[in-house]
Amino acid sequence: MTVRGPQAAALALHRFGLGPLRNSIAAIASDPRGALLEELDRPGAGRITSALPSSGQASRAVFRFQAERRAQQKLVQRAKKVAEAGGASNPFDCKQPPTPEPCVPSAIAVEPEKQGKPRQPPLPQQIILDEAKARFDAATGADIGFVERLVWFWSNHFCISADKIPAMAGAYEREAIRPHVLGRFADMLQAVESHPAMLFYLDNVQSMGPDSTAGIDRDKGLNENLARETLELHTLGVRTGYTQADVTNFAKVLTGWTWFPPFEPIHGGEFVFDPILHEPGDQIVLGKRYPENGVQQGRAVLADLARHPATAHHIAHELAAHFVADEPPPTLVAKLEKTFNDSDGNLKAVAETLITADESWTLQRTKLKAPAEWIVGVLRLTDGGPLIPIGQVMGAQAQLGAALWRPPAPNGYSDREAAWIDGVPHRLNLANQFANRLAMAMDPLGMLDSALGPLASTHTRDTVARAESRAQALTLLIMSPEFLRS
Amino acid sequence: MTFPHSPSRRDVLLSSGTLFAWAYLPKAAQAEGRDPRFLTIVLRGALDGLATVAPVGDPSWVSLRDDEALTLGGKTAALKLDNFFALNPAMPNLHRMFLDHEAIMVHAAATPYRERSHFDGQDVLESGMTKPNASDSGWLNRALAGLAPGGHVDPKGSKIFAVGPVTPLIARGAAPVLSWSPQRVLPASDDTVHRLLALYRQSDPKLTHTLEDSAKLTAIEQAGGMAGRKPGGPGPGQVRAYFAEVAGTAAKFLAQPDGPRVGALALDGWDTHFNEGIAHGHLSQLLGALDDALVAIKTNMGPAWRETAVVLITEFGRTAHINGTDGTDHGTGTVALLAGGALKGGRVIADWPGLKPTNLYEGRDLKATTDLRAVLKGLLRDHLRADERVLAADVFPASAAVKPTPGLVLSA
Repeated sequence: MTVRGPQAAALALHRFGLGPLRNSIAAIASDPRGALLEELDRPGAGRITSALPSSGQASRAVFRFQAERRAQQKLVQRAKKVAEAGGASNPFDCKQPPTPEPCVPSAIAVEPEKQGKPRQPPLPQQIILDEAKARFDAATGADIGFVERLVWFWSNHFCISADKIPAMAGAYEREAIRPHVLGRFADMLQAVESHPAMLFYLDNVQSMGPDSTAGIDRDKGLNENLARETLELHTLGVRTGYTQADVTNFAKVLTGWTWFPPFEPIHGGEFVFDPILHEPGDQIVLGKRYPENGVQQGRAVLADLARHPATAHHIAHELAAHFVADEPPPTLVAKLEKTFNDSDGNLKAVAETLITADESWTLQRTKLKAPAEWIVGVLRLTDGGPLIPIGQVMGAQAQLGAALWRPPAPNGYSDREAAWIDGVPHRLNLANQFANRLAMAMDPLGMLDSALGPLASTHTRDTVARAESRAQALTLLIMSPEFLRS
Repeated sequence: MTFPHSPSRRDVLLSSGTLFAWAYLPKAAQAEGRDPRFLTIVLRGALDGLATVAPVGDPSWVSLRDDEALTLGGKTAALKLDNFFALNPAMPNLHRMFLDHEAIMVHAAATPYRERSHFDGQDVLESGMTKPNASDSGWLNRALAGLAPGGHVDPKGSKIFAVGPVTPLIARGAAPVLSWSPQRVLPASDDTVHRLLALYRQSDPKLTHTLEDSAKLTAIEQAGGMAGRKPGGPGPGQVRAYFAEVAGTAAKFLAQPDGPRVGALALDGWDTHFNEGIAHGHLSQLLGALDDALVAIKTNMGPAWRETAVVLITEFGRTAHINGTDGTDHGTGTVALLAGGALKGGRVIADWPGLKPTNLYEGRDLKATTDLRAVLKGLLRDHLRADERVLAADVFPASAAVKPTPGLVLSA
C-alpha cells in the first residue's frame, strides 16, 4: 500500500507535522516523504535562535527578583510600624498618615501600575512567556513542523515541570533537548540527566551518599527519584528487569550531580559535580561494575543505558505510538528499534526510518491530536499566530488540560486518544472562539482544501459548505474528525 | 470558559483615547437641528421572515406551516400589525415601537442575490454589490466615506463603530473602524453542536459519544436551572444577555455627543433547518433576545433615540413551506426590520406577492418584490443625507434603477 501525491502530503502534514499552512499540501505534494526528510537536513534544525537567557541566568535573575520583592514587602511593613508608632522618625519621608501604597526607597521600588497601562508581568512570568513565544513561533513558522514535533516528543519524554522550577522550563528544552533532537540519544540523555532543571525536578540536588562526607556530616542520604525515573521513564522502560538494587546503586552513582543554588552570584543555577556529596566506591548496576570515577561513573552508566536493547525497544514503541497509532504496528516498532540499535541511537536515522516505513502511512487516522498540536494546527491554517497573544495560546492549552511545561507527573502528558477525547467538547468552545477571531473574509471551502485536501470526506465538505456563517464554517472545519485526528 | 477576547473593552477605550476628541458633527444635520444615528444589525444565517412577520391575512399561509403557523388567535396569538400582517409574539417591545410609530417592517424584500449559499449571500448583503466576492469593502463604510464634506455630513475623522473581534464586511473599507468586543463570549451554539454531531455520526463513534454525553449534560443542567458552563451550547439566558450587551453597547457609543454616528454588528444563529420553534422554541427565543436588544438600544440611546434609525437585515429568507424536520430551508424573500425614533413608523411596507404555489419563487420561496437596496438607499439618503448619485455609483454600484424608498424617516 502506497499513499502518494496530495493525499500523502496532507497525511504528512497532519501526522508528522503541525498541520498545513495555506498552501502546504500543494507545496509538498510532489514528494511528501522527501519534504519531511528535507526538513531533517536543514542546518540548525531544531534550534531556536532568539536571544533568551540561559537556565543559569534565568534562575539567578528570578532569585534576585524574588529577594527584592520580599525586601520591599518588609520595608512596607517597617514603614507601617513606624507610622503607627507616631511616625516622627520615618526614614523614608512618607506622607502622614500612612497610605496603603508602598512607600519605599526608589532603588528597589517596583513601579506601581500606571493608570491605563497594561502591567508588565512579573519577571518569572515574563521569562516563561518569552520562552513560550519562541517555541510557539518555531511551531507556527515551520514549513511542515516535523522537527518541532520531535522536539515536543522528546521534551515531553524527558519532561520537567515549570510548577516546580519555573525559571528554567523553557531554557531546559533549548539546552538539553533541541541540540540533540537529530543527534545521538546518548548525548541527549547525558544533557538531560545533568541539567540543573532535571536534577532539581527529580530531587537529585537533595540526594547525597550515606557514606559521603556530606552524608555523614549531616546524617542524610539517598533520594532515588532521578535514578528510578531515568530507568523507568527515560531509558529502559517500566518492568524491563531492573531491580530495586539497581535503582539504589544507580542513585548512589548519581550522588554529587547537583547545581549551584540560584543565590550563587556567578554560577547559580548551573550544573556542578560536588564530590562532597558523592557516595564513594564502585557500584554494580544491571550486573555491571562501575568503578569509582567521580562524575564519570554516572556518565558511564548513562552511556550503557543509552545503548541498552530495552531502551531501543522502549523508545521505538513510544515514537511509533506517538506519531502513527496508539497501538502501533509491531513491524514498525521493529524497524525503528533496529535503526536505533544499528545506528547507536542516531535520532535522525530513527526519524528517517519513521518516515520511510510503509506502516507509517496508513490511511486510517486514529490518533487524536493532543491539545497543543490541535491549537497550533488551527493557528497555522488561519495565519492566526500573530493575532493571538502568547498568553492566550498558553491559556487555551491549559484549558484543554495540557498546560505548557506543566505536566502533573514525570511521565509527562499522555499522547493517547483516551487521555484527550473527553476534552473534545471543550475544544468546541475554543474552536468557536478562535473562529470568531480568525474567520475574517476567508473562503470556507478554500480553507477546507488548505486544511485537509483529499482527506476531507464528502460529509465534512457538505457540513462546512452549509454552515450559516464563515465563523461557524471554520468552527466545524477545525472540529471535523479529519482535522482533530492525525 | 474564559478565553479573553482582544481587543477587550478596556483596550479599545484606551487605544482610542481620541475616540471622543475628534469631531464628527454632521453639518447639514446640524443646520437642520438633527444629529442622526444609524445602526445596522446583520442577522447571519437567514432569518425566517414569514415566521417573524406573518402574513396572517394570506389564505395560503396556514397550510404552509400547519401547526407552526402564527395566527391572530390560537395558543400563542401573534401581535397584530395591520389587517394582513402580525408580528411574532416573542417581540412585544418591537410591537410597542410599531404602535408608537417607531418601527417599519419591509416584507418580501431581498438583495439581488438569488442563489442559496450563506457565505455568498452574506457577502452580497454586506458588500452592497450584485455578486459575491466582488468587493473587500462594505456598503456602510462606503456610505460613510462617501458623505460629501461641507454641505452635508462631514466624513473627515469619522469612524464606523463595529462590534466583534473581526470587523464585519459591511463595516470594512476606507473609513476608519472603531471596533469593540464584548468580554462575554458565547459558547458554541446548540446549532453548531447539532451539525457537528451529525458529522461525527457519519464516521467517528468515539467523537460522537463524547459530544453526545456532553450535550446531554448541558441539557440537564439547563433544565435544572444550573449555571451551565459546560460545553454544549449557551442557554437562552446567555443568548439574551449577549444580544442585549452588544446592541446596548453599540447604542452607548453612538449616543455619545462626539461619538461615532454609524455602527454595525452581526448576530448569528438564524439558520433554522430543524425544530425551528417559531412560537415556543429556538426561533422564538432568538427573536425574544432580539426584542430585548432593541430595548437595550432604545434605553441606551436616551434622548438620541428620536434621531436613531436601526435596520435589521439578513442574507435571504427561508422556504415558505415547513420542511420534513419541522424547520425551513434556504429561501429568498424575507423581512427587513426598521426601528428608531427617527422613523415615520407604524407601517408594514410590502408589495405582497402572495403565497399560492404559483406565486412562490421557484415554487418554494417567498418571492422578493422589494429590493433591499432601495430601503437602505432611502435610509442613507434621507437619514444620513447621502448623495443619491454616490449611493447609485459607489455605495450600491450599478443600482441607479433601484430608486431609494421615500418617506422612511420623519421630516425628511
